[in-house]
Amino acid sequence: MGLKLNRGQILMTETTTLDVPVSQGDEDKYLLKLGPQHPATHGVLRVDIELDGETIIDCDPQVGYLHRGFEKLAEHRTYAQNIVLTDRLDYIAAMANNVGYCEAVEKLLAIDVPDRAKYLRVMVCEMSRLTGHLLWLATHALDIGAMTVFLYAFRERETLLELFAELCGSRLTTTYTRLGGVRQDVTHELMRKLEKFVDEFPACIEEYETLIDTNRIWLKRTIGVGTISGEKAVDLCLTGASLRGSGVDYDVRKHMPYAAYDKLDFEIPLGETGDTYARYRCRMEEMRQSNFILRQCIEQLPPGPIVGDDAPDLVMPAKPGRKVEVDTPARKALIKLIDDRDVYMEGDVYVATEVPKGELGFYFISDGMGRPYRMHIRSPSFIHIGALATMGKGVMVADLIAIIGTLDVVLGECDR
Amino acid sequence: MGKMNNDLVQIKDGIKYIPGASAIVGPLNKIINWGRAGSIWPATFGLACCAIEMMVAGAATNDLDRFGIIFRASPRQADCLILAGTITKKMAPVVRRVYDQMPEPRYVLAMGSCACSGGVFDTYSVVQGGDEFLPVDVYIPGCPPRPEALLEGLMKLQEKIMQEQGRWSQFA
Repeated sequence: MGLKLNRGQILMTETTTLDVPVSQGDEDKYLLKLGPQHPATHGVLRVDIELDGETIIDCDPQVGYLHRGFEKLAEHRTYAQNIVLTDRLDYIAAMANNVGYCEAVEKLLAIDVPDRAKYLRVMVCEMSRLTGHLLWLATHALDIGAMTVFLYAFRERETLLELFAELCGSRLTTTYTRLGGVRQDVTHELMRKLEKFVDEFPACIEEYETLIDTNRIWLKRTIGVGTISGEKAVDLCLTGASLRGSGVDYDVRKHMPYAAYDKLDFEIPLGETGDTYARYRCRMEEMRQSNFILRQCIEQLPPGPIVGDDAPDLVMPAKPGRKVEVDTPARKALIKLIDDRDVYMEGDVYVATEVPKGELGFYFISDGMGRPYRMHIRSPSFIHIGALATMGKGVMVADLIAIIGTLDVVLGECDR
Repeated sequence: MGKMNNDLVQIKDGIKYIPGASAIVGPLNKIINWGRAGSIWPATFGLACCAIEMMVAGAATNDLDRFGIIFRASPRQADCLILAGTITKKMAPVVRRVYDQMPEPRYVLAMGSCACSGGVFDTYSVVQGGDEFLPVDVYIPGCPPRPEALLEGLMKLQEKIMQEQGRWSQFA
């Protein structure tokens, strides 16, 4: 699977490197371990940095402080049970993970998703993109020193989380998707609330921009910091807004559309300079585009079932002697208990989706059983932290904090 | 004097405020506990998913500041450790070190099922609950608990602090 860069072009060709003055002898060098308990490392990341004065000579990110053994745990659970685990991957945008996982398993099972479920998936994906970007904005600004944005961004984020709670009962760990559809249909009440949010949200984005876009400190801390060229970004496997900020046009939603993204109209915002400020602009524009997609979803949401008829072991095996009314397609799928064998195809499958952080891929090797033989998660955060070693070299300590913020990492997904 | 006693304003069980005199009267135990319970300063220390809900609790909607709860970035200035998330075996020594750096009296809140009991992560790399190596005062269930649940947990901790006897002096 090669990167196709046909829609845009690499705008930057030069890499800006700082000439680091390395002093003679070791006595001036200083080894500092930043984290794992540090308010600006976005969780439990440790970065070993070698300093000369305040300039970083060597930067070595250490991960694994939140390694929970997802991939091993997944091998002992059925495909349907694993949806619960995907919530805890990127806990800032759990819906997007649910969708990514289910898209991959559905490809393995070769089952179809009804149109309504596809639109609902896009809807929750974009809502979680907004929650992800709002949290990124809040923490990134907080790290750089702008406290007020945090309070404003969390106000809108709270509205979205309450909508999630209304939709599926939980704010963060949603487990909303099911193999072959989604769990619950939306109510009119919910759609009305979402419509109100969509109407109001563009004004909120402008509010955030008013707060920081004209702030000289913000501009000085972001413009020209953590600059990375498009070629270098592709080399480092960056995805998401971290890549698009460097002018490379790559978005899974456009290039390998899943769910209902091929039926929706939206643009991929691109940056030019590839610095922290460009990535910030990219994400702000992405929030506007997400809002636009949400509006289209509300208008175009087709009627119909939310779970495909051929969806297997939807919730749990039907208990013997328990009466189940066969009314709805979801009920039918619930009682359609199929033996683990003969259902799942042998072979391997890789499906990528665009989560707020970048490209999230699920890779399965299946031996035909109801449990994955091997599940691998290609998480954007892990790869972005890998890029930190290159991007963090030659910058000041304060800029490293800005770079960690702009790469938008979450350690739950990185360490898995 | 008797007239003045009638004017005392009760602020907490056993603690009274003398209006106009800017003084409070009551048993020293209770006054110290009252002061402590009203200024719980947790360390800014997020471990996993629950940390996001902890941030929400600190943000505008729920606003922990009104309880006198202010997050401190350094464990040296903190007196409460909120275990917000999964503790892995690699992270446990760090958590323990943060706890050891905190001055007495210090309290530990286990937030979420991972910090309470390991949660869904019954794997080779996860410590099955924060109480395996720390004295946990309050357990908050949920995966993750809502911010309101964290508030409830902190209020339970306040109740616990109010019942303490003689933790303010080595002679008591």
